[in-house]
Amino acid sequence: MSGPRVDTVPVAEQTPEQPQPFKELGLAADEYARVREILGRRPSSSELAIYSVMWSEHCSYKSSKVHLRQFGEKAPKTDALLVGMGENAGVVDVGDGWAVTFKIESHNHPSYVEPYQGAATGVGGIVRDILTMGARPIAVLDSLRFGPLEAHDTARVLPGVVAGVGGYGNCLGLPNIGGEVYFDDGYLGNPLVNALCVGVMRADSIKLAKADGPGNHVVLFGARTGGDGIGGASVLASATFDDAHQAKRPSVQVGDPFAEKVLIECCLEIFAADLVVGIQDLGAAGISCATTELAAAGTGGMDVQLDLVPLRDPTLAPEEILMSESQERMMAVVEPDKLDAFLDVCRKWEVLATVIGTVTDSGRLRMTWHGELIVDLPPKTAAHEGPVYERPIERPLDQDAVVEVDGRGLPRPVKPDELRHTLLRLLSTPDLADKSWITDQYDRYVMGNTVLAQPEDAGLIRLDESTARGVAVATDGNGRYTRLDPYAGAQLALAEAYRNVATTGARPIAVTNCLNFGSPEDPGVMWQFAEAVRGLADGCRTLGTPVTGGNVSFYNQTGSTAILPTPVIGVLGVIDDVAKRTRHAFRADGSPVFLLGDTRDEFGGSEWHGMHGFLGGRPPVVDFAREQVLADVLITAAAEGLLDAAHDLSEGGLAIALVEACLHGDTGVRVRLPEGADPFVALFSESAGRAIASVPRAHEQRFTELCAQRGLPHQRIGTVDLLMPEVAFEGLFTVSLRDLRAAWSSVLPRRFER
Amino acid sequence: MRVGVVTFPGSLDDRDAARAVRVAGGEAVSLWHADPSLHDVEAVILPGGFSYGDYLRCGAIARFSPVMESIVAAAGDGLPVLGICNGFQVLCEAHLLPGALIRNDNRRFICKDQVLTIERTDTRWTSAYRPGQEIVIPIKNGEGGYVADQHTLDELEAEGRVIARYTLGNPNGSYRNIAGISNEAGNVVGLMPHPEHAVEALTGPGTDGLGFFMSLLGLAEAAA
Repeated sequence: MSGPRVDTVPVAEQTPEQPQPFKELGLAADEYARVREILGRRPSSSELAIYSVMWSEHCSYKSSKVHLRQFGEKAPKTDALLVGMGENAGVVDVGDGWAVTFKIESHNHPSYVEPYQGAATGVGGIVRDILTMGARPIAVLDSLRFGPLEAHDTARVLPGVVAGVGGYGNCLGLPNIGGEVYFDDGYLGNPLVNALCVGVMRADSIKLAKADGPGNHVVLFGARTGGDGIGGASVLASATFDDAHQAKRPSVQVGDPFAEKVLIECCLEIFAADLVVGIQDLGAAGISCATTELAAAGTGGMDVQLDLVPLRDPTLAPEEILMSESQERMMAVVEPDKLDAFLDVCRKWEVLATVIGTVTDSGRLRMTWHGELIVDLPPKTAAHEGPVYERPIERPLDQDAVVEVDGRGLPRPVKPDELRHTLLRLLSTPDLADKSWITDQYDRYVMGNTVLAQPEDAGLIRLDESTARGVAVATDGNGRYTRLDPYAGAQLALAEAYRNVATTGARPIAVTNCLNFGSPEDPGVMWQFAEAVRGLADGCRTLGTPVTGGNVSFYNQTGSTAILPTPVIGVLGVIDDVAKRTRHAFRADGSPVFLLGDTRDEFGGSEWHGMHGFLGGRPPVVDFAREQVLADVLITAAAEGLLDAAHDLSEGGLAIALVEACLHGDTGVRVRLPEGADPFVALFSESAGRAIASVPRAHEQRFTELCAQRGLPHQRIGTVDLLMPEVAFEGLFTVSLRDLRAAWSSVLPRRFER
Repeated sequence: MRVGVVTFPGSLDDRDAARAVRVAGGEAVSLWHADPSLHDVEAVILPGGFSYGDYLRCGAIARFSPVMESIVAAAGDGLPVLGICNGFQVLCEAHLLPGALIRNDNRRFICKDQVLTIERTDTRWTSAYRPGQEIVIPIKNGEGGYVADQHTLDELEAEGRVIARYTLGNPNGSYRNIAGISNEAGNVVGLMPHPEHAVEALTGPGTDGLGFFMSLLGLAEAAA
């Protein structure tokens, strides 16, 4: 039963002139010509499906590749890196034989079309990437960007995305330990949903995506293949939305977290028994991607009987099966003598597993459909040898103007009551307001290893209950800074995530990134992208933290208006003893509070500017040497037990950091700003390389010695006061915790609870 | 003491429940949904999660698993059984406990630290607490609203079978702020919040949850 007319390889050979819909599938004319050149004939429709999805921007990184190379070329020397870029996720050695893998990935466009399913399958996809490395997924984080809080569509997108992230992660039993949420006009039609997953394994049990060993079986296991997400990779992830986007709705994949949970446990049991040679998850481009990548990385050939793929919809054509992005599927390469054991584990977990092919040394990926040859191509040409573009780059014409109009003219608050009012207004901006309406929808306790979770500076997870060792992860990204200076903006995101990790007491060792930009066909966007990548690569070299992997998301724009360039950076750090972690909330009465680092008059891209609807000037200066000194002090102080609390200074500056430390600790603080400082600058500037720390009185001397030794500027600016529930700036103003909490905590509930 | 922790497909807090048993000093024994044997355990915990994906209705499929048939029979003979969250839902579906758990009244999944008042302390699972003791343990559920008809609720109250109530806010719309109940004999307890996530100060809001597991072990020793 081969169904109606299948376009086979012999047919393709006989009908060289038959027109093919390569344009509709997203291939350019010269790309199509290259496919014909590779094959020496026109592709069959199945081959065309494979090349079109594999050569899409999403899968091939054709516009970004020439820039991303810097992450490798500039990578700092480190012994920690066990698996670098190019695999499903990077792996780092965290000591004692433990290895950790982590990666962040976007699911932006699907989350706009169908917020719940888009976000849910974004989590599902990154979790499978981590699982594929042989690791048990142990935590997720989510980095979200939405249009203005008050915008009509935000009420559709935000609750759906949050419910999707939660719905999938909660049902998988993965604690959500952090992330961030920001709002801007540009994200209204282009919300960003970036999900990060962390996994842990023993360093000697890493799995790779390669089909080695002729004669080994190729097994497809997990969910059946359905019509969902067909063309999702090339259509949804690579094309700009237009008014007709409703027509694309069915392209969004639908997730089943229960199926994935079972798949995780099944895979871990398979890994533990060492039953696979190689493994690959099915994500974007589904079977096309898994077969070509596995074959290309292994012995080089593979024969597949495509009609053996179990289907949810029996009417699917081979082209659709190849492009389907049905979730919760994996592909494994299994030696013949281990196949029975493999299938037994699948049976135990009631996971459907089907042998669909064999590894060969032919150098060809061959697929048949009911006995007829429909695919015969060199897998490397689809997986690794896609087109590479040097897209035109041009500094945007308005870039100088954006920097020059720096907001100096905005009236600054001077009088105490103006400063007080500014603080309360800033606290109730969507960017700085309490996010617990969102994060309370995420399970942070499951698995019992969560030591720190949101709203802490970074999430911190114990690797396993048998060890005190843990990893901290933070994500950061500031599109406003990056718009003003993409090079500095990417570095500021890196610096902040690095600082956030160090603030918990963990030592940063590796970086992942999700680069969210507009259309690469716009030279101005390409300039932003190139600058951001250069900044990030330089920053990682300076900090000694290699990029281990990541993801690029282009075409985040509506019409000709791109989103703020938004590189989201994830930093991972290690702590030897999780019990020594530092929390951010003030807790001990009478503890001195120190301000660490230097404060300059820096408001470009700040929340204070944002509050006025203004964006201009230069972002804060980046000083990696200072960041390293600050990190070193925070890590050393944590290890020596010198800290009650520490909190990074970023958006909103010192005032916001103090208020957060008080509100989360339910304590007051009395603050005297440094002698001679301009109160407005001292309170609200967003200078980088700063943190606040509260230090038990007994350790004050040792702590100040440590700072002095390392050359870290430190000023005692106040005292934690458990009895007075207020934030008091001596000589300026006082606000009660009650007023602060009212301004800060009501913003999201008021918007989303009718 | 050997305490069984059941793993259904989709169970999530099974490892946490086993850890809580160990922290309290017991021996955790893993029970598999498809295996009817209880492996000589002296008590059973049905952990939280989404057994069988919560398809059809939370707990509705799990109650038909082979292990549940054995548990229902053993519970009738006095085996101590604690159902936490999804486990509570399974106990209701299996008719070991009355009532049902429905979608939270705010229609959202909620994860937070919750204050409870322990009302009954003469069950196998709560004897380590003082009557009226307030404890803080995490709650995390999407379908945690406890409902039953008036008659059943009155009966539960009259027989002192409400073992814990939400204090300082009702997180999910449960009738009469009910967080946990027991069967008539007191050996079967269902609890929506998660004591197993509050057994280590480092990874939970505190150690207030440990009492449920200590209670079980304490009474066992007294009986021995």
